Amino acid sequence: MTTQLVDEATPAPTRAAQSTSRSGRARTSRTLRYLLLIIFLIVVLIPAYVLFVTSFKSAGDATPTRAWQLPTEWYTDGWARAWDTLSPALGRTFALVIPASIVSSMLGAMNGFVLARWRFPYADLVFTLILFGMFIPYQAVMIPLVELMQNLGVPSGIASLFVLHTVFGLPICTLIFRNYYASVPEDMIEAARVDGAGMLRTFALIILPLSAPGFVVTLIWQFTSAWNDFLFAIFFSNAQNGPVTISLNFLASGQLQDYSASMAGALIASFPTLIVYIILGRWFVGGLMAGSVKS
Amino acid sequence: MLTKVRSWGPPLLLISPTLVLLGVFVYGLIGVNINTSLTDNIRGQTTKYVGLENYTSLFTDDTFIYSLRNLAMYTVAFLAGTLFFGFVWAWLLERGLRGEGIFRTTYLFPMAVSFVASGVVWRWLLNSNTGESASGLNRGLDMIGLGFLQNSWWTDETWGILAIAMPAIWQLSGYIMALFLAGFRGIPDELREAARMDGASEWKLYRHVIFPQLSPVALSAIIIIGHMSLKVFDLIMSVAGQTNYTTQVPATQMWLAFTRGEYAVAAAIGTVMLVVVAVMIVPYLVHNYRSERGR
Amino acid sequence: MRRTTVIAALAAVGLTLSACGDDGESTSGDGNGNGGGEVEVFTWWAEGSEKAGLDALVEVFQEQHPDYEFVNGAVAGGAGSNAKNVLASRLQTNDPPETFQAHAGAELTDYIEANQVQDISNLYDENGWSDVFPEDLLELLTVDGAIYSVPSNIHRANVVWANPTVLEQAGIDPATPPASLDEWFTQLDAVQASGATALSIGTDWTQVHLLETVLLADLGPEAYIGLWDGSTDWASPEVEAALDDYAKLLEYTNTDRQNLDWPDATQQIIDGKAAYNVMGDWAEAAFQEQQQKFGTDYVAFPVPGTDGVFDFLADSFTLPVGDINTGGTEAWLDTIASPEGQKAFNLAKGSIPARTDVDASEYPEYQQTAIESFANDTIVPSLAHGAATPVAWLDAVTQAVSRFSANGNVDDLKSGLADAAANNLQQEG
Repeated sequence: MTTQLVDEATPAPTRAAQSTSRSGRARTSRTLRYLLLIIFLIVVLIPAYVLFVTSFKSAGDATPTRAWQLPTEWYTDGWARAWDTLSPALGRTFALVIPASIVSSMLGAMNGFVLARWRFPYADLVFTLILFGMFIPYQAVMIPLVELMQNLGVPSGIASLFVLHTVFGLPICTLIFRNYYASVPEDMIEAARVDGAGMLRTFALIILPLSAPGFVVTLIWQFTSAWNDFLFAIFFSNAQNGPVTISLNFLASGQLQDYSASMAGALIASFPTLIVYIILGRWFVGGLMAGSVKS
Repeated sequence: MLTKVRSWGPPLLLISPTLVLLGVFVYGLIGVNINTSLTDNIRGQTTKYVGLENYTSLFTDDTFIYSLRNLAMYTVAFLAGTLFFGFVWAWLLERGLRGEGIFRTTYLFPMAVSFVASGVVWRWLLNSNTGESASGLNRGLDMIGLGFLQNSWWTDETWGILAIAMPAIWQLSGYIMALFLAGFRGIPDELREAARMDGASEWKLYRHVIFPQLSPVALSAIIIIGHMSLKVFDLIMSVAGQTNYTTQVPATQMWLAFTRGEYAVAAAIGTVMLVVVAVMIVPYLVHNYRSERGR
Repeated sequence: MRRTTVIAALAAVGLTLSACGDDGESTSGDGNGNGGGEVEVFTWWAEGSEKAGLDALVEVFQEQHPDYEFVNGAVAGGAGSNAKNVLASRLQTNDPPETFQAHAGAELTDYIEANQVQDISNLYDENGWSDVFPEDLLELLTVDGAIYSVPSNIHRANVVWANPTVLEQAGIDPATPPASLDEWFTQLDAVQASGATALSIGTDWTQVHLLETVLLADLGPEAYIGLWDGSTDWASPEVEAALDDYAKLLEYTNTDRQNLDWPDATQQIIDGKAAYNVMGDWAEAAFQEQQQKFGTDYVAFPVPGTDGVFDFLADSFTLPVGDINTGGTEAWLDTIASPEGQKAFNLAKGSIPARTDVDASEYPEYQQTAIESFANDTIVPSLAHGAATPVAWLDAVTQAVSRFSANGNVDDLKSGLADAAANNLQQEG
């Protein structure tokens, strides 16, 4: 099932590579493949190149007509300006994203375990209803959400966003954990049951210690999606109390387009997710699989 | 009696926080939202029910119809683009070759970046000037001798929205590639070997044996990308801005209605978006639910 | 009048509540309250001359009210169009700043009707502000006898900025500006033939800005004002002719207009890439910043056909309803109204002060002409900057104009604008 896919997301080069016959045709086909792959690689890197070089340009140098040239001189002023604008928001974003990821992962683990292992009546229906929450366009609940948060007295900014990312992260975390727990060998749980451990103890003593891979996946997923969120942020926060996407948007949509600072800002705002992705890429890809490929 | 509590209690305890939260935040709020959409609510103040008036005025509003058309075109382009590139990249990488990790990482990295951050650079690349004053992509096209491809990008009334699909395709093709790659590698070796034994050519092997195996992956990809297409809000806000006519979609219309204080209209737009998604997602969830139960 | 009572009552409650929240700090006083704390000031003055103006103002504020800490809540972009949406969202989610910038006129009415700002008549009475601001400006800040904000500065919208060198290259004498739109068209043709961009323009709101000046030029001040109260018919031949003129003007503009904001468009004049640009007189500061000399490096004149008319907008500051540091708001408003605050701000921003007791000779050349025009010309409210219509109407106009920029269909524009007027006039009535 899905967990197999998690393992296979980052497989070793497969046997096909070795068994390819060494004929001329195979060589041509391999050259062609490399050629195509490299062309695509360049195309994908174009925006990254523009971001990078523009962020180091001076004001006069950073005009759209010179988008493709390297900087005439490498300035770091743009980075400094972007950092000044974004650094408070970066701190707030971490303070929002980390707890939100942890809480929704914990709840997701609990749900996932129940749904994977305790076949209560309508378990599948409950699961499907939970899953639906993952797909709804948040605009469909936004207006009453604004009113609800006000009535609950949750202050605008990080507090509101923490609640929202936690709640709306539950479906995906539940899905990932359910698929993960479905792969835990039945006899381990049975053994615990024979020992007379109840469900809660089984979960706490047997299951949680086994759950690290699941947690890595949900934490990464939640971290990146909350980090990159803009929709909730624009409804529930502002540049003084909101996450980095809001500050970046305000920085970049200014009327005096400060191109180098905007581009540097885009890089700064993407840094944490990129780091997560590069270091934990294996699990990131795994998380994607688990989050999407079902059965 | 007691055993019933023992078997029902713990799972219920673990799962109830989620059920309550999602019950309120998803299903409860959807209900309230639909209710609001049937009123004349302005900034939280309702004086009376107006029936379907908000909906009829939406569907007689040229701009709203245009925004729906834009969303449809965007979704089709986004789906086609990501599936095409994702599939081709996965196919090229599928048999494993040296440097695979580099290609995979590069193709995938844009998805770690937020739409807001990538919007910064795409806003620049998609400058609509052509000819001598061309900049961004138009200038790039000119430089590599493809000047005839220059166009006005997102400012075109008919095709403009497709320019917004470009950054989205750039960001998520790698993700679809990862899905397909997992799909390819989930196919047992025996299947390929058996086909080769039967004397099938490489092409026939793919055409008749491997591709059909990928259809569940393709379905997942369509669902994921399809529902993500509603997230185009972030991208439009950072590339074209909220009031630009050629890139209006229901999400931007909803935001504008909200900022005008027209909560009822905003709620109605949210409901329309929900229906659009539900048409696509519900059959998928039902199908899923059936197959779960069939296990 | 029932509404007024309700608002007044709410405002009173708001005042009492926030007064309590301030550790009993007196909200009467002269605004020199010393409660201290943070004062978040929401503006769209994030960059360039606008930011310079704000910085100058903050300096005065910190001198006058050292106990308070200024927190910059500026949101950039689109002459406030981005900021206004962000602000609307914040006010609706009950997250108000201590004070926010609002254009005097219809835009302010929206906030008043939504119960988002408080009556500050008492501050006017206590400080004698009613005597230092022009009467017709105060009228725009007043609804049903109550006054809701303090004006900081005044801008003129109907100004054409031009590059004399580019004009001369096209065989046009920069010293004699065109007197009518028809004369202007001839000149625009000449510039276009010379190869330069004839008229530079930016994104949606700058197009609305151009549109309002064309309407003003073709219809005259009286019929122009009539557009906003229903006495001028949007479907009349005169309005349609004006819209045709607007359509024609747009043909002379740069194709990347949707990608640019006003500073980019004005920069094209400074760089000699374009001949003309229609922009409010905040553009003056952009020329000043780059050491451009009035008369030689650039010239400015009223939009052809609008000589003797001052298309006006004013920024003002409010006291929002909600959980805020009221003492801080009052301190800020006190600085805004003070002669020192007005002078520091307007000198840096390139606008003219709202107070009438100013010495014009302290201001640069362009501003002196503006101060004089404001005193003598016919004054009309600006559409693009929220003085003429409520936000919903302006939104609809912007949509029609943005659409026209994309498809160039003037019939769509005409019907779009007529519909916008019909819908909004009907709602008001």
